[in-house]
Amino acid sequence: MTKVLVHIELEGEGLAGVSFQLLAAARRIAGPEGSVEALLIAADPTPLLPSLGAAERVFTLSGERAGDYLPELHLQAMAEATRRTRPDVVLTAYSSAGLDLAAATAAACDLSLIAYCQSAERVEAGLRVSSQLYGGRLLAQSEVAFPAVLSVMPGAYDEAAGRLAGSPEQSDLADSLQLPEPRMRVIEVIAPDGGGIDITKAESLVCVGRGIGDADSIAEAEELAGLLGAEIAGSRPVIDAGWLPKARQVGKSGMKVKPKLYLCLGVSGAPEHLEGMSDAEFIVAVNKDSAAPIFEVAHLGTTCDLFDLLPALAEGLKSRPGQ
Amino acid sequence: MHIAVILRLVPDLSDELDLSEDGKSIDREWVGITLNEFDEQSLEEAVLLKEASDAKVTALALAGEGVERMLQGALARGADAAVMLEGEGEDHLDSRAAAPIFAEAIRTCGADLVLTGVQTIEDLFGQLAPYLGSLLDWPHVSAVSGVALDQGHIVVRQEYSGGRQARIEVALPAVIGVQTASRPPRYVSASKLKEAMLSGRLTAQAAAATPLPNRAEVLGLAPPDRSAGATMIGDDPDEAAAAILEALSARGLLAG
Repeated sequence: MTKVLVHIELEGEGLAGVSFQLLAAARRIAGPEGSVEALLIAADPTPLLPSLGAAERVFTLSGERAGDYLPELHLQAMAEATRRTRPDVVLTAYSSAGLDLAAATAAACDLSLIAYCQSAERVEAGLRVSSQLYGGRLLAQSEVAFPAVLSVMPGAYDEAAGRLAGSPEQSDLADSLQLPEPRMRVIEVIAPDGGGIDITKAESLVCVGRGIGDADSIAEAEELAGLLGAEIAGSRPVIDAGWLPKARQVGKSGMKVKPKLYLCLGVSGAPEHLEGMSDAEFIVAVNKDSAAPIFEVAHLGTTCDLFDLLPALAEGLKSRPGQ
Repeated sequence: MHIAVILRLVPDLSDELDLSEDGKSIDREWVGITLNEFDEQSLEEAVLLKEASDAKVTALALAGEGVERMLQGALARGADAAVMLEGEGEDHLDSRAAAPIFAEAIRTCGADLVLTGVQTIEDLFGQLAPYLGSLLDWPHVSAVSGVALDQGHIVVRQEYSGGRQARIEVALPAVIGVQTASRPPRYVSASKLKEAMLSGRLTAQAAAATPLPNRAEVLGLAPPDRSAGATMIGDDPDEAAAAILEALSARGLLAG
């Protein structure tokens, strides 16, 4: 009988969507014979339990320090829940919390680990896992023996399949968990600072990636955005380089957007970027590299040089009737 | 304070990725290699911390092709010392296999803060920073975009999806997985690089440690299925522009 333990994340006051995806994955891995358990750390877990019907049992940890995500507390609780229940599989999301917890739990509890999991199927005494590597350019097929941690890509499993109402049994981890002297504390949680811009509300976005080359070239993309009535946005390398402000970042550590038009220039389409935009209604991708993963999610694509395309697009837009 | 920065070379994604004969790994013989972009950010953050305090910065890396040059680059950027760890056996170790070796080297060099990139493009068996945190039993935070010193401890900024962040105070010693430095990485001039090459601050030392058992193995690597992808419209800029504008117009996506 396969036993799966799921790390649940909070988003604001509620449960994170990705956690329901993990529960869906857990049910699938556990199969009809197996069991699913979850770990929920929250100031007050009780009102959230009925949403975790995909699990038979939920380990909880509550109280003042449990309110905001605190890496060391979650790790201590994960290790304790793992020791108590001895799962075959531990599921974490490929998220900031998951990055803290997956490998640390694996090392603390002597578990193997497969990261960036896109899908997993049962094989004898283990799992066969498909993972995205090399910025989404290659898929790795691997096999891991139980017990193991899987770090699962957001979007890999159907959220609705894990969103089941129910009344799972509650086990308070505080009964057995001996917490050592704290070595970290949350000073403050900071809401997204849009600086007056909210790219999630834009109907059209022009997104520039590393391929834009330098800060000066962004002006050309901004001109195109202006002609299209779009907002300008950037992928992580562009934001990290300081070429556009953080509020304009699309992707895992930026904003999730779903505009009617997403025109991306020189964006390779790493999984972390796709997580933030693959639901856009119409995606046009311009990238010199025909193997760029962005072409997997785009509707229309071209490998022409974006610096040749930008003036042609601008000219075409300016010469439209009524302009 | 003594900061250890761990640096790793990874395949350059602007190159074509060829597979090894058994199809289980990248053919490293021919692919270009580059400093892991998140390690570059962590190096910059370490040098910024050094400039804001009296911290010493030591760059650590496993020996391999191109590593000496990479470490000289780290010295040129402001690291005080660079140590190349020479092990036995395989040329390329994944993060899980490398973690015990780095943990041992960190204990030896006496660092009380470890900065390294939050991830690499190939750490299938898990990321380095959380492994190190567990192996050293030091507090650990990943996905960090900024580390500041504050009266004997550090304050890090951790990023979450949707643009939320938290400021977390962490006692030293600690391990931090850096995503973004407080400022973009600095440019290094050729003269500084030359100076670093001649400085003698790059040393090598033998390294070994008991590995973490790993009951996982790669069966094969392959490109993803592209069948459901974009309609490609050719690479003539004028024709591509016309096709894009026509598609946008047909969908009512053109303003005005």
